[in-house]
Amino acid sequence: MKWTLPAKKALNALDAGWAHTAAFARGVLAPALGAAALCLAATAAAHAQSVAVTSIVEHPALDAIKDGVKDALAEAGYTEEKGLEWQFQTAQGNTAIATQIARKFVGDKPDVIVGIATPSAQAVVAATKTIPVVYSAVTDPVAAQLVPSLEASGTNVTGVSDQLELARQVELIKRLVPDARKVGMVYNPGEANSASVVEALRQLLPTMGMSLVEASAPRTVDVGAAARSLVGKVDVIYTNTDNNVVSAYESLAKVGNDAKIPLVASDTASVARGAVAALGLDYYEMGRQTGRMVIRILKGEKPGDIPSETSDKLALHLNAAAARKQGVTLTSELRQSAAQVIE
Amino acid sequence: MSWYALWGALEIGLIYGLVALGVLISFRILRFPDLTVDGSFPLGAAVAATLIVSGWEPFSATLAATLAGALAGAVTGWLNVRLKIMDLLASILMMIALYSINLRIMGRPNVPLITEPTVFTLFMNESVPDHILRPLLILVVVAAVKFALDWYLGTQAGLALRATGSNPRMARAQGVATGAMVLAGLALSNALCALGGALFAQSQGVSDISMGIGTIVIGLAAVIVGESLFSSRRLVIMTAAAILGAVLYRVFVALALNADFIGLQAQDLNLITAVLVTIFLVVPLLRQRLRGRRRN
Repeated sequence: MKWTLPAKKALNALDAGWAHTAAFARGVLAPALGAAALCLAATAAAHAQSVAVTSIVEHPALDAIKDGVKDALAEAGYTEEKGLEWQFQTAQGNTAIATQIARKFVGDKPDVIVGIATPSAQAVVAATKTIPVVYSAVTDPVAAQLVPSLEASGTNVTGVSDQLELARQVELIKRLVPDARKVGMVYNPGEANSASVVEALRQLLPTMGMSLVEASAPRTVDVGAAARSLVGKVDVIYTNTDNNVVSAYESLAKVGNDAKIPLVASDTASVARGAVAALGLDYYEMGRQTGRMVIRILKGEKPGDIPSETSDKLALHLNAAAARKQGVTLTSELRQSAAQVIE
Repeated sequence: MSWYALWGALEIGLIYGLVALGVLISFRILRFPDLTVDGSFPLGAAVAATLIVSGWEPFSATLAATLAGALAGAVTGWLNVRLKIMDLLASILMMIALYSINLRIMGRPNVPLITEPTVFTLFMNESVPDHILRPLLILVVVAAVKFALDWYLGTQAGLALRATGSNPRMARAQGVATGAMVLAGLALSNALCALGGALFAQSQGVSDISMGIGTIVIGLAAVIVGESLFSSRRLVIMTAAAILGAVLYRVFVALALNADFIGLQAQDLNLITAVLVTIFLVVPLLRQRLRGRRRN
């Protein structure tokens, strides 16, 4: 009966943990230390290949990346059944927790750490110079100091950026609403990704005969009010992959429908939630792309030798029902170039 | 839980220990419900990060950040004392104003310091690993602040500050300028929070506009956890308890991060932290009751 041996060892380890605690158990510290002993015993398992994933907050796009990573790993044969140690933690939107998750991951010494979105990726990169790190969904990894450039970094960091070519976004807006002059944008001024998109649009739109009208939503609950402030001032509302906006896209959709303002999004998931169109990254696909990078590292490649990637797989998604409500006609030419049309 | 994670919890806990000391001054000693903390913590981070990036030496940048926090606290006090705005509202106004001010200071929402010099990189050496060195350095700072605070609160000025909190009418009758004391107390409190923010940005490698959210809640939780550990009216113990409370809170978060083996998932983290803190606070009570029963 070979299996009893490791089981016994584990039990002994647990016992030892508790005996050790018993010495301290006189004060109020007992529950805390008891839990610590349990956790220490639980992480003492054998070390197989391991991937630890963290994201700053849970919302559809970021969750899709996590799922994409997991599925890509599974297809390559890395499943939890076959011994892959998979860990996922979100920071619940809190940077201090993001730091603690990073420290925990570094302490666990996984083979690869995946950091989704800028704050989580920065926390991980600040915490380790040795464990391979793959970032994902970071719009400007160079400004975030994750990598010195998009070339192979020579450090322990590589990843996938979700930067979009804004000229193509503006082109889509023109195709949908040909006489649009004022483009509204709802965004969180506190989000690095959004701030860089707004800055770029401020420069770009005037060169194409349009102007930008900004409405800031520092919190998720502000998204609806920010959108309402644009009513009567804009011909179309464009949004980037702002975490606040994506989290509360329905409140934006409501304003768009009520006031007949067409909504153009940047992530395809938002089309099903009420945008007329999005020429965007499929975040699930981006997750798979990230996952393939993780696999290369698991197979022995050095992260410093792998250049950062961007996603070129842009897909046009359309929502015919939203188009009717928001007063846009979808031309047959548009429909033909779409990867998916929701009726 | 790994030692690395535990050192991390100690590091972040000690930094929040500075916030806890700040909250102790405002909420407990001055009895002023001050929410400015949510703005002054990231203010410290913003000032320190911006100055370091623009080439300042990290220590002067940290000092400037601390002074900026003091200024923010003084403005809250001024709103309350001179403009007669209710204390809670005055601090809320300052807190929301600071969000925009911090964005202005940084010029963008996220200023990374990953490749910049910090107060920690100056001490880095081969013999002590970084993840142990940082908490030790912060421990020195926090201990220094604690003893300085203990000393200050025992001086004439410190006693006047405490009198202002516990009985303002009596204090005024004794010739204490209570208005000035409120200003000074809030300046001191927020200076400590900003110092915490400045150190946090440098240890974490980034100043992000969102990092102030919920600071006051964590600070208060730390003070209360500390008080339930050592319920004492002696100042020396109160300040130590607040720091210990902040560290314990972070240890709880670290423990909660390791709770996945019992089937809990990432989104349960805050709940587990809350449950752990609750258990921690209730256990002494239960033990007391059990003892009482046995005696009967």
